[in-house]
Amino acid sequence: MSVLEVKNIEKYYGNKSNLTKAISGISFTINEGEFVGIMGASGSGKTTLLNCISTIDRVTAGKIIINNQDITKLRGNQLNKFRREELGFIFQDFNLLDTLTSYENIALALTIQKVKPHEIDKKVKEVARKLNISDILNKYPYQISGGQKQRVASARAIITNPKIVLADEPTGALDSKSARQLLETFEHLNKNLKATILMVTHDAFTASYTDRIIFIKDGKIFNELIKGEDIRKQFFEKIIEVQTLLGGDLNDVI
Amino acid sequence: MLFKLSIRNMKKSFKDYAIYFLTLVLGVAIFYMFNSLDSQEAMLKVSESTRQMIQLMIQMLGMISVFIAIVLGFLIVYANNFLVNRRKREFGIYMTLGMGRKQISEIILIETILIGILSLIVGIFIGIFASQFMSILVAKLFEADMSEFTFVFSKSACVKTCIYFAVMYLAVIVLNTLTISRYKLINLLTAIRKNEKIKMKNPIISILVFLISAGLLGVAYYMVTGGVYELRTGEQLLKPILMGIVGTIGVFWSLSGFILRIIQSRKKIYLKGTNMFVLRQLNNKINTNIVSMSIICLMLFMTISVLSGSLSIKSALDSELEKFTPVDVNLYKTAYLPESYVSSYSGKTIYNTKEQIEDSKKPVSYTLETNGYDMNNLKDIVEIPIYVIPEWNLKNSLGDSYESTKSQYPMLAYDISESIIKISDYNKIARLYGEEQYSLKDDEYIVLCNYEQMENIRNQTLNTNSNIEINGKIYHSKYKECKDGFIYMATTEINAGIILVPDNFEVKDENTEQYLLVANYNSETEEGKQKIENTLIGSADTEFFKNIKNKGINLDGSSKISIKDSSKGLATIIIFIAIYLGIVFLIASSAILALKQLTESSDNKQRYTILRKIGCDEKMINKALFRQIFIFFMTPLLLAIIHSIFGIKFILSMLEVLASPDELLPSVIVTTIIIGAIYGVYFLATYYGSKNIIKDEE
Repeated sequence: MSVLEVKNIEKYYGNKSNLTKAISGISFTINEGEFVGIMGASGSGKTTLLNCISTIDRVTAGKIIINNQDITKLRGNQLNKFRREELGFIFQDFNLLDTLTSYENIALALTIQKVKPHEIDKKVKEVARKLNISDILNKYPYQISGGQKQRVASARAIITNPKIVLADEPTGALDSKSARQLLETFEHLNKNLKATILMVTHDAFTASYTDRIIFIKDGKIFNELIKGEDIRKQFFEKIIEVQTLLGGDLNDVI
Repeated sequence: MLFKLSIRNMKKSFKDYAIYFLTLVLGVAIFYMFNSLDSQEAMLKVSESTRQMIQLMIQMLGMISVFIAIVLGFLIVYANNFLVNRRKREFGIYMTLGMGRKQISEIILIETILIGILSLIVGIFIGIFASQFMSILVAKLFEADMSEFTFVFSKSACVKTCIYFAVMYLAVIVLNTLTISRYKLINLLTAIRKNEKIKMKNPIISILVFLISAGLLGVAYYMVTGGVYELRTGEQLLKPILMGIVGTIGVFWSLSGFILRIIQSRKKIYLKGTNMFVLRQLNNKINTNIVSMSIICLMLFMTISVLSGSLSIKSALDSELEKFTPVDVNLYKTAYLPESYVSSYSGKTIYNTKEQIEDSKKPVSYTLETNGYDMNNLKDIVEIPIYVIPEWNLKNSLGDSYESTKSQYPMLAYDISESIIKISDYNKIARLYGEEQYSLKDDEYIVLCNYEQMENIRNQTLNTNSNIEINGKIYHSKYKECKDGFIYMATTEINAGIILVPDNFEVKDENTEQYLLVANYNSETEEGKQKIENTLIGSADTEFFKNIKNKGINLDGSSKISIKDSSKGLATIIIFIAIYLGIVFLIASSAILALKQLTESSDNKQRYTILRKIGCDEKMINKALFRQIFIFFMTPLLLAIIHSIFGIKFILSMLEVLASPDELLPSVIVTTIIIGAIYGVYFLATYYGSKNIIKDEE
């Protein structure tokens, strides 16, 4: 069953005399329980794509259907409600509130949904146990490592049981060890907790943890890679190959 | 080019400048208003003594203006510093583009001058209009005739304001140039604040400190209200003041942690909407601003108690004045002067002349008549002698309770002889004053007293054993308490005790301490009375004055007119100084509070962006922001109001003014309006400023 359906979307910036096409005609589908990566060089339009899906930005044309609802038709408070209830976010720079403890950062996602207080405590503790962060719940963001911060952010993203978790360069600010741990956490979320994850990255290693990768170049889909039966190392090599292709342009050679 | 840049900068950062500009304009307007009084005074028709009072007030306001200017100067420098710090990054970009420090200083110079001129123009404009209301207030308080209302503009106040503020702006310019010259490019470019470490306090210590501070405040409150009679010297007053300051700082140190702890334990409230976030924000903000929050709270406390205290003194004084000035004039002189005495000031022996000694054996009317005073000026004349005898002093009066009183009030002069008046003499005065008349048996006496503290002391004795032996005869008090009453006119209750004795009480003429003459002016009109007043009180150049001056006769007196004028004048001077200081303190504390809130706006912006990203809608965000700023503004005000309740009580009890609640109410209302208006404007400016800063940029 498809969770996310992107249908021929376009996004233009600027005015008539100076038009920039950030996205021109991208379509794809993500099914429930999938872990999908989006790759591309900077300026390729991958962040714009993510912003449009996450309702932070608006498409110029096309449809984005999440959970049978066309989100490009939503306005104002409907949009906020949708974002609150159906989507989970994980950002490169964690976006944890520095004044709140880990527990409170996670709980905040529920309190703004007006979940009943006695349920909140139970849910936070449960998700913390699953992500192995129970012992840092009472610590402030400045007291914990980057990897732990990102796991707290992940907990905040999935505690609301979103239809899809959107991760924007989640390993970007982490050292390689923390990055690996986080990606293993994502695998765990995806395999055992059945979370659907869409992750934007430019790092081949990070991308190799996903099931499927969509490559974007100049606002269009350039290639798609499916892990299938490959082990991660093989998948990683394939990614590098595509990236090499992606990096060069025939026009550049001529 | 730089000029253009400056103007564009100001337009762009208008929301940052709003608080700064508001503070400057208010400062200028207030400064002009209180310095323009001299030109308003000219149009009032008032008596000579009132005019002198107004002159005194203008002089005092002028002196206070220097102090005010210093306060405003610091405030402006502080506010400006905030602006420059906010724009570090902008200056950094200019420098990477090759602009020198000198040019950056120039940009700031142009901006400061522009905003300075603009604020002066707007401020003086507002000041001119507001000062028209001031003149109505002056006229009302001095009860002057305001029939000829004219629109006044004070050139001297305008010039003075311009000069004072020019000096302040100059200081700002010099400081800015110094700041800029110390900047390093790298620091300018990376001036975005990093997430600071959140200082967390041990919750148990927080609760302890809070309880101790609250206890300290409670004790201080008690000391200035319930236990106010224990406070007699300035040093003793220092104790509750220090306790108050320490208690206030302690409360701010622990308050947010304490409240956070309590609310955290109530999950239903804590885990609801953005409550958690707002509380944490406040906790962080109050914790990092303990000292400034305390100072702001204390400044607000001074503003509130000084404003409402002074206004209620005025109304209380006015209502009591009538009661204590029942006749037009009291004249008195010392009787039976000794041939010589040792001056208590210089230690020298001073000899009285024969003329002085002769005159002092006769009543006041004798002095008036023999020196050529026209007795037709006076009517209802009553003259009495007041006696003292060495056998009857305060110690004797107190009898058995002397020891306990002395241990409680060691400073009282117990060996001073009591003033004694024969009952028939007193009744003559009482009849004229419209007070109760008394009769006495041969072995009875009455104590007349209206000074509350002395009344309490004396009543202890009168209530138990009032017997006193004079010349082998025992007297006792007719009543078990002091009787309310007085002989000398005054502004309020200050009669510490006069003894009324039977007419056959044995005193010699030489025991006469003072001759007192009580009379009304022989005129029905106010003007006629003022004319007679001038022949008696003041420095009129008449034959009578010359005569008694030549003879060295010392005639003292007090009159209804002079008591009223000085009381009115005093109250009005207090009010004006209180309003002046109060408003400036209020502006200063509101401005600092507003700037404190805006300073952390960049941090806040980041936090609110996160809220937005995880799905908070604008309504929730604005609500959270409003609540945060509201509580941040209200906390110091609330504590200040609690402080003030006790502070006002203390002021009133110190001045021995008994103000009833309905007399206090109008002054409390006026104070509330003034504070509400200024504080409210700053609060709204801060809210909208912050809202702008955290606004989504898309």
